[in-house]
Parts: sequence; structure tokens; C-alpha cells
Amino acid sequence: MADILSKGGRDLLLGNEAITRGLMEAGVGFASTYPGTPSSEVGNLLEKMADKVGMYFEFSTNEKVAFEAAAAAAASGVRSFVFMKHVGVNVAADPLMTLAYSGVRGGLLLMSADDPSCHSSQNEQDNRIYSKLALIPMVEPSTPAEAKDMVPAAYDISEELGMPVLYRTTTRVNHARGIVEYGPMAEAKAKGRFEKDVQRFVNVPAFAKRNRVRLLELNAKAMAMSEKSPLNRVEGEGPVGVITSGAAYNYVKEGLPGVSILKLGFTNPLPEKKIADFIAGKEKIIVAEELEPFLEDQVLRICAQKGLSVPVYGKRSGHLPMEWEYSPETMRRLSGLVDVEKGPEPLPLPDVELPGRPPTLCAGCPHRGIYAATKKAVGKRDVVYCSDIGCYTLGVQPPFGTADFIVCMGGGAGAAGGFSKATDQMPIAFIGDSTFFHAGLPPLVSAKFNNHKLTMVILDNRATAMTGHQPNPGTGRDFGGISTEPLDIEAIVRSVGVDFLEVVDPYDVKASAAAMERALATDGVSVVISKRACPLELRKRKALEPRLCEVDQDACIRCHICLRTIACPALQKKGDDVSVDELQCIGCGMCVSVCPKGAIKVVK
Amino acid sequence: MKYSIQIVGVGGQGVLLASMVLGTAAMEAGHRVAMSEVHGMAQRGGTVLCTLRFGDGVHSPLEAAGGADLLMGFEPVETCRNLNLANKDTKVLMNLDPVYPSMVAAGFEEYPKIDDLVKAVSDVTDNLVTIDATSIAIEAGKAVTANAVMIGAVAAAEGFPLGKDLLKDALVANVPKKFVDLNLKAFEMGYEYMSSKRKRA
Repeated sequence: MADILSKGGRDLLLGNEAITRGLMEAGVGFASTYPGTPSSEVGNLLEKMADKVGMYFEFSTNEKVAFEAAAAAAASGVRSFVFMKHVGVNVAADPLMTLAYSGVRGGLLLMSADDPSCHSSQNEQDNRIYSKLALIPMVEPSTPAEAKDMVPAAYDISEELGMPVLYRTTTRVNHARGIVEYGPMAEAKAKGRFEKDVQRFVNVPAFAKRNRVRLLELNAKAMAMSEKSPLNRVEGEGPVGVITSGAAYNYVKEGLPGVSILKLGFTNPLPEKKIADFIAGKEKIIVAEELEPFLEDQVLRICAQKGLSVPVYGKRSGHLPMEWEYSPETMRRLSGLVDVEKGPEPLPLPDVELPGRPPTLCAGCPHRGIYAATKKAVGKRDVVYCSDIGCYTLGVQPPFGTADFIVCMGGGAGAAGGFSKATDQMPIAFIGDSTFFHAGLPPLVSAKFNNHKLTMVILDNRATAMTGHQPNPGTGRDFGGISTEPLDIEAIVRSVGVDFLEVVDPYDVKASAAAMERALATDGVSVVISKRACPLELRKRKALEPRLCEVDQDACIRCHICLRTIACPALQKKGDDVSVDELQCIGCGMCVSVCPKGAIKVVK
Repeated sequence: MKYSIQIVGVGGQGVLLASMVLGTAAMEAGHRVAMSEVHGMAQRGGTVLCTLRFGDGVHSPLEAAGGADLLMGFEPVETCRNLNLANKDTKVLMNLDPVYPSMVAAGFEEYPKIDDLVKAVSDVTDNLVTIDATSIAIEAGKAVTANAVMIGAVAAAEGFPLGKDLLKDALVANVPKKFVDLNLKAFEMGYEYMSSKRKRA
């Protein structure tokens, strides 16, 4: 097992482990996040070890709060790190845009972990564009080793300019593994002092206008640094030049032998002179980057401005795709333009019908119970299931089909208000406990304020489950020498003055269905809190009581209602019989609660 | 030398740990190493794919379809689903013990006959070795050591570029202390299985 607190040596590290080590080698004193794949492991590691290196770390309620907290620390002279998945930056974008005007004193890195190919995301937005929108410098590592080394380098850039820096990664950096050499650890400075400067930190219009000019001047200085930066380098010689950054560099390096590569790590502002010098005299230029033509469009503009008539190939020429992450195969699309490494012919896929294996809710997942209860209560009513971001998104699958509209964190609850006014359908909004704190409270308040008729179901499984069971305000905090009490969701919802509120145990499907009936019959804002801890989290803490369900084959009438309503993976159908898979079953009793003949029992 | 391993299976089968063991051994052998793995949503009972590449000039953590030197299939359906990662010269090691997807368990979909899956693979390649890794692991003491059985089997495979001792050391370094003996036993049983299979061939 890797020990990222190691004094020296090397290890085979996950990109996110390497980044965490990088924070320690850079002497970062303050870190904050809201969990999101592919950035989550950094938070899980800091939860365990930040205090051991003198760093303060927190899971904030959402990315905006995390960003603001880190911004304040950096404005006080403390090296700070705020990290999130790409869509989290949308949430943090408001303070980001104006903090760029104020700048920072201690270095501030904003890690945006992008997810080309949507491995665990709802879109594949390219957050490099934020660096141009906010006018802040950006660095992009290509490998885990670079991901560690670029952290201190990016802090030097941030502090020399007094600007926040976008530290942009992708899944194939965060979740790649490679050999990383440990460098010396730096001492973390966790406390600073905020020296007031209203012209900088209070962007009223008069000051903001001037700060905008200052920001543009700083960008010119940043470009001069980018020109000289060792993060931007030329590798190899040849008549064909390839300009690349991030994970795409790895595929270029291996797949296109004999080309000259301009490997860009400091990617905003781009080193325009360096790029022009690289292009001049080349036969052709290829730009290889994932997602948007961020580099390519700037390269084309640089060619136009400098009067360079070298042909540029990439996405705009139709050779490389804008969608999905790249791979070694992507480089083969460049054959005809340049020599490409061709691999052996893949074997054909076998001509056998294979069952699908989509991700699914776990055995004993309490979401199964509340979904079954909701469907029973809804019956034939015309409802719109508004869902949200978390494990419960998987309710989209059969037999539940309890997700009709999902956009973003807290988005289901907001949309429910819209459906309640713009249609005659009944909106039901599912939202997780962590998501409720993140962005669920404003739409609930808005619903009450605007007299929406909707039902919000808060799936309180006592953890931020999907990203790895991080704590949230509903669980309280107990790490890094700080302990806080859990916030009571029920009391918070009650204080809004909703028209109906009940707390149910989703393992009792019958009682939950009855509560859902009452909620749906309410004329106004109704809230049901479905409260039951995630069994995976309990198992991790060794707090899961070992129990088991058993089917009495004599009493079972083979109606298969248990399979059709709960569809727990621990229930197995062999022929017409239903039995329990003892390896998967946790004895939660949800199936007991839906069996019409009492044929299933919880046994020890 | 450049060598690519694709490991496919299902969340919970120890695919990530197996890739760590193989990757650690490759690092200790002095190779460059690049790996990629899946986390998050993909792990909720879904397919898991790990790529491990090592050797001279390795940069990419991903491998092209058809580019694997070794395909380790921890589960029969997943081996078939990912067969295009292999080419005709790729060694394919296929565990025959199935993990039923939820829709199969619930009776909504059929799981193919194991013999049909084996035949489908052996129809297109002469380099298939099948193994009842989970059964061997249960015999060793615990089903979860199927990954150690698979690594042991690979260690004995013809032309595999990482040595047995390196792999054993890497296994010891990557499993919890109290399970070291159990894992080593499973590793040896996998090694024996593959050795005897090679002798018979």
C-alpha cells in the first residue's frame, strides 16, 4: 500500500494520491471541497491526514462555499487548495469570476477534475474555458507524476502573479496510476492575517472597473511567464509538429512516432510567441486535445495574426473528434497526415447474447424501499419524477423508473416547482441528504414562497454515498480534531413551514407507502424524509448487524411481487422459485415488507 | 519490451487490487508503468476494467482495442463483452465462475451457458486458458482470494514477463497483514493450476 506521507522513495500512485502529496510538498495550509468523481479521493485522503501535516481541511456544503472559504484563506496569505469535479465549478463560478479581480496573496489553486466520456458525470463540459472566462492562469498535467510536480509549480505561478490558478485535470489523470518520486515535504502555514484593502477586495463598480484593467495587465504578465515556463516544452524534431496538452499528450507520445511535440502544461495564457516559433518552418501542424478546440482555435488565430500559412489539422479539419475522451485508437484517425502506430486486429466480439450489467442500487439499499413505496402510492396518477445527483439517480432503471428529469445538484427540486405551475402533472422531487444541504434548501423555500404544489422526498442515507461516504452537515463532522453535532433535516424542513412532513423508515415499505399517500394528497408543499443509513457505509464502519432473509418455499406463491417491486440483487429467481443469495443479503427486511403471503422472514 | 494487460470483471471481485499487485511488480522490475482504473458510479455492481501497461516508452494509461498481450477475465460474461481488447496472439485467462447481473438474478434476463461462452471465445482464439478461480479460492480458504489465484496463474503463464517472486512480494505488500498467508496459498494454487495445465499441453 502506498504511503503518501513517506519521507522519500517512490510509489505507484493514483493521480489523486499524487496530487494530495503535491499539496504537502507545496506547504498548503488550507483545503476545501465538495466531493465529486473524479476528484473525490483527494478529500478522502485529506480527511485522514491533513491535520498530520498541519493543514486545515473541510468538506464544505457545496462548491461555492468551498471556493469562498479557500479564497478567504488565500487572501489572508495562506496557500489554499479548493477542488471539485467539473460541474462543481459551475456552482463556484460566481465567486470565481470576481475573485479573479481581487486576486490572492497566498497561492490559490482551483482543481477542476473534468470527466471526458462522462464516466461518472451528467455532461463532459471542458472547464479549460473557465480560465479564459475568468482570465486566470491554468496548468494541465498529463500523468500522475506531473500532477504532483505541477502543484508546487502552480503555486509559484499563483503567488508571483497574485492570482488564483485553475489546475485542470481529467479522469485519465486523476484515476490513472503511475510511478511517482516523493520530494521533500514543506511546512504548512495554516494561519495568516487578512490585511484590509477595499480597493482590491470590495468590487463595487468604481473599484471593479479599475480591477478589470489590473486583471488584463496581469494576464499580459502571465503570458510572459508562460513563454518562459518549463511546463511548455518542445520534444523531438521533424517536419510535422503536434501541439498537445493533458492526457492527449500520452497518446501522441506513443502513437505518433517521428513528430515534433509542443507539450503545453501552462495552457492559459498560451505562450503565443513560442507557439508561433514552433509552427514556423513546419510542413503541417496537428493539434491534439480532448473535448473543445481550446488550443486549436487559438493556434489558428495565432497563425492568422502572425501570417503563418502552415496547415493546421485537428477538430476543425474533421480529423479528431470533439466528443469523448481520447485513447491510443484516436491517434489512428491521423493516418494519411502522419505516420501512426497501427496495432494488431482486435478479435471479433462473440456472437452470444450477453446480459447487461449496468451500475445498480446495492442489495439492501434503502432507496429501493422508498422507490417501491412511492410507486405503490402513486398508482396511476400522472406524476413527473424529478431526481437529482447521487446513487438514487440509478432509480432511472427498471423496475423503478423513478427518474424522469435530472439536471444538476438540487435541480430536481427546482424543476418540480416549475412542473407544478407549468403542467397539471404532479411533481415528486427525490433528493439526497447531502444534496439537500448542497442546493435543496433554496428550491424548498421557493416552493413554499410561491405556493407550488409538490412533494419532496429527502433520501437521508446518512452519508454522501456515491462519492465514497463523505460526511455532510446531516452526519456531523468527526475528523481533523474537530467534532460537530449533526444538523437535523427534519427541524430545518419544519422551520420552512411546509404543509406536510413525515419521517419514514424505507425498510418498512408499507408504512412508507401510506406516508407517501398522505403526502400526495396534501394541497401544498409536502416533504417525506426517508431515513435509513447506507448499508455500505455501516459495513465500512463495521456497524452492520449481520442478519439474513429467508424464503419459506412452502408459503411462497410465486407471485414475484418482491422481484417486481424491490428487485434487490440478493433475491434470486431460479426457475419459478425465489431464493436469497446469502452472500449479498444484509437482512434488511424490505422484501419481507412487500411479500403478500408473509413467506419471507428475517432470520439471524 | 512493452506489455499490456487488460483486467475485466465486476465490482467487488478484487480487480483493482490485482492491478495494483501486477503494477507494483512491474515497477519493482524497473519498468515504466502506466495504469488506469474505474471508480465512482462504474463500481456500483457494474463492469470494471483496469488497464496496466509497462515497459520501454510506455506513456499511455489506456490501450487500444486489440492491443492487449494478456486479457485477464475475472468473470465469463465480462470476458466475452471485452474480447475485442484482445488479438489472436493475446493470452486470454478466463475465470469460469459467474457473477449474475441484477436483472439476471431477478429473472428478467438470461445468463448464457458457460460452455457456450467458452466455445465462443475458443472459436476465435487458440490462446484461451480457462480456470475456476473462485472455486480454487474457496478451496484455499476464501472466495475473495480469487484475484490471488488469477495472479498466481498468470505468473506461471508462458512468456509472462514478471517473475514469480516479484509477484509474490507485490501481493504481500498490497494485502492486509492478516490475510497474507491466505493470499499466498491462493496464489500458489493458481500457479500450480497453470503449471499443470501447461505440462498437459
